[in-house]
Amino acid sequence: MNVLVCAKRVPDTETRIRIADGAAEIDRTGVKYVLSPYDEFALEAALQLVEGAGGGKVVVLTFGSEDAKEALRSALALGAHEAVLLKGEPTMDGWATAQVLAAGIDDWEAGAEGEPPALVLFGVKAVDDDQQQVGPMVAEILGRPCATAVAEMTLGDGVVECKRAVEGGRERVEMDLPAVATITKGRYEPRYASLRGIMAAKRKPLVEKDAPAPVSGLVVEALEHPPARPEGRIVGEGPSAAPELVRLLREEAKVL
Amino acid sequence: MTKNVLAVAELKAGRVAGVSNEVATVARKLADGLGGSADIVVAGKPGTAAEAAVEGLAAYGTERVRVIESEALGPGCVGAHAAAVADHVADAGYRAVVFPATTAGKDLAPRVAAKLKRPLLTDATELEAVDGEIVATRPVFAGKALAKVRPLGAPALVSIRPNVFATSVRQATAVVETVDAGQAAGADGGYRVQGFEAAEGAALDVSEAAVVVSGGRGMKGPENWGLLEDLRDALGETAALGASRAVVDAGWRPHSEQVGQTGKTVTPKLYFALGISGAIQHLAGMRTSGVVVAVNRDRDAPIFGVADYGIVGDVFEVAPALADAVRTLREGES
Repeated sequence: MNVLVCAKRVPDTETRIRIADGAAEIDRTGVKYVLSPYDEFALEAALQLVEGAGGGKVVVLTFGSEDAKEALRSALALGAHEAVLLKGEPTMDGWATAQVLAAGIDDWEAGAEGEPPALVLFGVKAVDDDQQQVGPMVAEILGRPCATAVAEMTLGDGVVECKRAVEGGRERVEMDLPAVATITKGRYEPRYASLRGIMAAKRKPLVEKDAPAPVSGLVVEALEHPPARPEGRIVGEGPSAAPELVRLLREEAKVL
Repeated sequence: MTKNVLAVAELKAGRVAGVSNEVATVARKLADGLGGSADIVVAGKPGTAAEAAVEGLAAYGTERVRVIESEALGPGCVGAHAAAVADHVADAGYRAVVFPATTAGKDLAPRVAAKLKRPLLTDATELEAVDGEIVATRPVFAGKALAKVRPLGAPALVSIRPNVFATSVRQATAVVETVDAGQAAGADGGYRVQGFEAAEGAALDVSEAAVVVSGGRGMKGPENWGLLEDLRDALGETAALGASRAVVDAGWRPHSEQVGQTGKTVTPKLYFALGISGAIQHLAGMRTSGVVVAVNRDRDAPIFGVADYGIVGDVFEVAPALADAVRTLREGES
């Protein structure tokens, strides 16, 4: 069984975001990039499913610039078998990105010998644009069922059972294969790359293709730092300050 | 081009979810700005949607309530809901469609967008019509920056973040109209909801709560969360628990409670950070809260830099004192 993982390279979550004056995008100098953390969960899920099935490939697919190769190599070092870079500049418009990725998936399936991927996995969201939409959009384009925010999966005969992290608990959903799922934190804690894995990654196939240039339907007109929060105050020290704080919440802030 | 706006209502356990009023209010204001009228659509199993429309939605001030009912529109049948909403949008024609950016709304909206072959803007915190154009503000990098975004063409599809937009009631009697379920039946082919496993205590999601009580490493261990639960209970049923990444990584609390860039971005009216020092990715996730209260032993902790009110002290002493003070306040009123 083959599992395709769509992943994105994003600024590390510890990054301080800088914006040049008047710019509609972040200042990228010195920014450290990583695989989006939720995509790491998706990759780990793919690796475990393929290992459990005793055969098949994990293929990592990304839409991004030449620089995204580094992120793809890191996925190969963790155990993915192949990587595909769809070269281009993704924008905030997830619908445009979904069309590029769906075409990339079609393309890979057409070229794959024998079996197409049973599963296409995404992270539940990318931690840069935070739009949380590309996975289900790709599923709609491919005409496959899609479960979002999946914390745990079990493969059955032609089906996959998913436990979705929803308000108040876990919803159990069964999907016919082939299917699409977006993965959240749950059962799949990412592994670390071994030295052997890092060496092996250099010899694994990394295919580069030019992506069709998508037309963005969302125009980012400005990017700004959030307004600084007004200076707060220390109400007091220790438990004796609690009644005064609660009084302020009621009478001054009017939130109680 | 049509100037009308559609709000998409949310049902929770067969009842109108509170966020539906926020979506309706935003849609109505947007329609006012465009010079059009506002509709709200509700979908569900026969009996449920119409009832919800009459009970709650008609009072939210939209001109029309569109009711879609079908056996296919059960709870969790997201594909059927998406097909029903998309078919209605395509038939009726709208300038904009407003979804709630709730857990369910974030599952639904991208499917509707893909069916309509339109872009989608998630999690807007501001939304208005300027000279016939729609302009939204949305947080990116989990709130480290705000992007002003203009969706091109119609319909503009936007989901709004819960708890951010004020609601208002306009006295109006909406017309309730039944709409055909379109291609809802069969839209969930290959997708079957089989059951639900309730988690302990987590009835209200942290991203939708009006009050959040978050704990960090200063809580010293999962066995001490009773203190936070007690404060949450004192604050009432609109309060939920949150947690820092360190605490979730340590396995003390579930990821569903995590606030921050690798968890949830929250916008409650009131946020308590207890024993949280304030790592950059946590601050990103909660800085859009209305009022922030911090309790920490360390006067120099970064969390005090974003707090409106702070107490320097031992969280094990201060948290119970806060719960007592809230209870005293509430008892004085009853």
